[in-house]
Amino acid sequence: MPEQTVIEAVRATMQAEMRRDDSIILLGEDVGSRGGVFLASDGLIDEFGEDRVIDTPLAESSICGVAIGAAVNGLRPIAEIQFADFMWPAINQLVGEASKVRYGTNGVKTAPMTVRVPYGGGVRGGLYHSQSIEVLFAHTPGLSVVAPATPYDAKGLLASAIRSEDPVIVLEHKRTYRLVKGDVPDEDYTIPIGKAEIKRPGTDLTIFTYGLMLHYALQAAEMASANGIDVEVLDLRTLRPLDEDAIAESASRTGKALIVQEDTPAVSISSEVAAIIGERCFFDLDGPITRLGPPEIPPMPFSPIQEAAFMPSPEKILAAITKLAEL
Amino acid sequence: MSATANRSSNTPNQNSGEQLSGERLVDLYKTMVLSRYLDERVWLLNRQGKAAIAASAQGHEAAQVACIEATDPSKDHYLIYYRQFTAMIALGTEPEEMLRGFLAKEADPMSAARQFPLHGAHPRVDLFNFSNVIATQLPQAAGVALADKLKGSDAVTVVYFGDGASSQGDTHEAMNFAGVHKLPVIFFCENNRYAISVPQSKQMGIESVASRAVGYGFPGVQVDGTDVVAVHEATQAAVERARAGEGPTLIEASVERLLPHTTDDDHTRYRSAEDIAQMDERDPIKVLSALLKRRDLLTESEDEEIHSAAKKRVNVATDTVDAEPYPGVETMFDHITDGSGNGGAL
Repeated sequence: MPEQTVIEAVRATMQAEMRRDDSIILLGEDVGSRGGVFLASDGLIDEFGEDRVIDTPLAESSICGVAIGAAVNGLRPIAEIQFADFMWPAINQLVGEASKVRYGTNGVKTAPMTVRVPYGGGVRGGLYHSQSIEVLFAHTPGLSVVAPATPYDAKGLLASAIRSEDPVIVLEHKRTYRLVKGDVPDEDYTIPIGKAEIKRPGTDLTIFTYGLMLHYALQAAEMASANGIDVEVLDLRTLRPLDEDAIAESASRTGKALIVQEDTPAVSISSEVAAIIGERCFFDLDGPITRLGPPEIPPMPFSPIQEAAFMPSPEKILAAITKLAEL
Repeated sequence: MSATANRSSNTPNQNSGEQLSGERLVDLYKTMVLSRYLDERVWLLNRQGKAAIAASAQGHEAAQVACIEATDPSKDHYLIYYRQFTAMIALGTEPEEMLRGFLAKEADPMSAARQFPLHGAHPRVDLFNFSNVIATQLPQAAGVALADKLKGSDAVTVVYFGDGASSQGDTHEAMNFAGVHKLPVIFFCENNRYAISVPQSKQMGIESVASRAVGYGFPGVQVDGTDVVAVHEATQAAVERARAGEGPTLIEASVERLLPHTTDDDHTRYRSAEDIAQMDERDPIKVLSALLKRRDLLTESEDEEIHSAAKKRVNVATDTVDAEPYPGVETMFDHITDGSGNGGAL
């Protein structure tokens, strides 16, 4: 199987999907000749032309609003928002509008559209190129939110998003784009939206995580194994709908839950995962549901010292593992 | 896109490009009168506590009916906003269907009573309207038109909005995008000079919304929205331009809002008695009635007949719909997603 980076998997998947289905278009800022600022659409304009790879004006609300209209009228748009931090001008078209097309028309209209967006920090992005934005979308009935962390998952979940009959937000952690490599089969496959995956089986405790933190959690689990602690790592992969059964099964089995995320913890994905475990696994738990995240400050400082202090790291995760395992 | 038109006989429109015949003018007049009676009925139902909310099209009827007349509902797309009472009738929505929305009945065809009246999507004509956030439909209309352009269809997209919506960023973004791609879209602004209570002088530093079109590279025209013939001609020109691949047009129809913003509003709080009184001579039903009589297309007794037929039609529809059931709780779980499980629960 060929090895790819996450960004290569994203690009190859869009290319394969656009070859498969003429109704798929790509639109966003700099997605044409520039190939996207991260090169996710590198060369696609040469193959598919300006009609299907559309460099838009610098206006996020219309990127998503146009995508809704095109989707309602028979196309399958992939809208790229250049950075998650620039998503806020489009929030109304996504949370307010796209999520309600099917529901608000009693199923007469649908919006089969994908919004891809690089998010997350640890790249010296400062306050406006580092944000995690998943919570607002994950809170919205009618939207699906996926956050693949590996090249294999990026392909399978992006293909599912593009083929979905409803709007899907695809969060791509920009630090993983070139950092994370993995095998990606050439053949067509999809990963169902709403299914978590155990990326490392273990018996002593479970880390629930997603995105870049998956890789830090796997490193921390490896370090912990040297100390005789057998850590399971569950990759949530989809943030709405959360795979409640997989979360509850793992938490009940290991009896200890550590939830790790890069987003600030208050009212977040980790809050929700903790609530699910509390509701469903209370009598199986051998320790307090524990959350590890950054401090509650605006994400995240440009200063490398402060950025490192903000981001969870394998070492911080190891410390949390050790503390919880010893209880 | 569901554009199969199984339209009722409310206004079987003629092909674009032709002038309005005397007979068609009378047909449009009938639609306007029916709209007026239904509109008045809905306000009555609100005062009776049966209709929770209504926004009136009274004063906008001519602009709406004349615009639709110049388009082709069998293939064109319509993104309307909440004051599109007459447009919906012109597009073939039956009075019963409209009342089902206002009374939140189970059989409401637009949204099964999930949404405010007139919101949702039409089951027969390609008309939709799912938001109350002003101007969101404009970028969406650009997207609908973009899809037609890429598919090689000659369909036209008409998107309606008020003067209030002209201030929104989405309006600018949509017109800019449509201008770049020369999209087959008509931006149809019904300017009644008030965004709820805020007068045009506090909304914009210009006299005419249409004058903004120059900033997007396409024509903008201002027409008297009480003049059926003028609106029809302006829309015909825009439709021809769009079908020929020449791009968008911004039409600003100057109209009066004869009633307050909605049933929850009281415009005497912010409009002077003189301002309210002067609207009377710009009531489009009076304007068209006078025109038809001047041209000997309508007699006084025919006019009375039209009014009494409309009233009777509305009475029948009211009695029918009033007796219909409300939706049960169970249907509120339908149509969140396609049922594959995505998004149904967190």
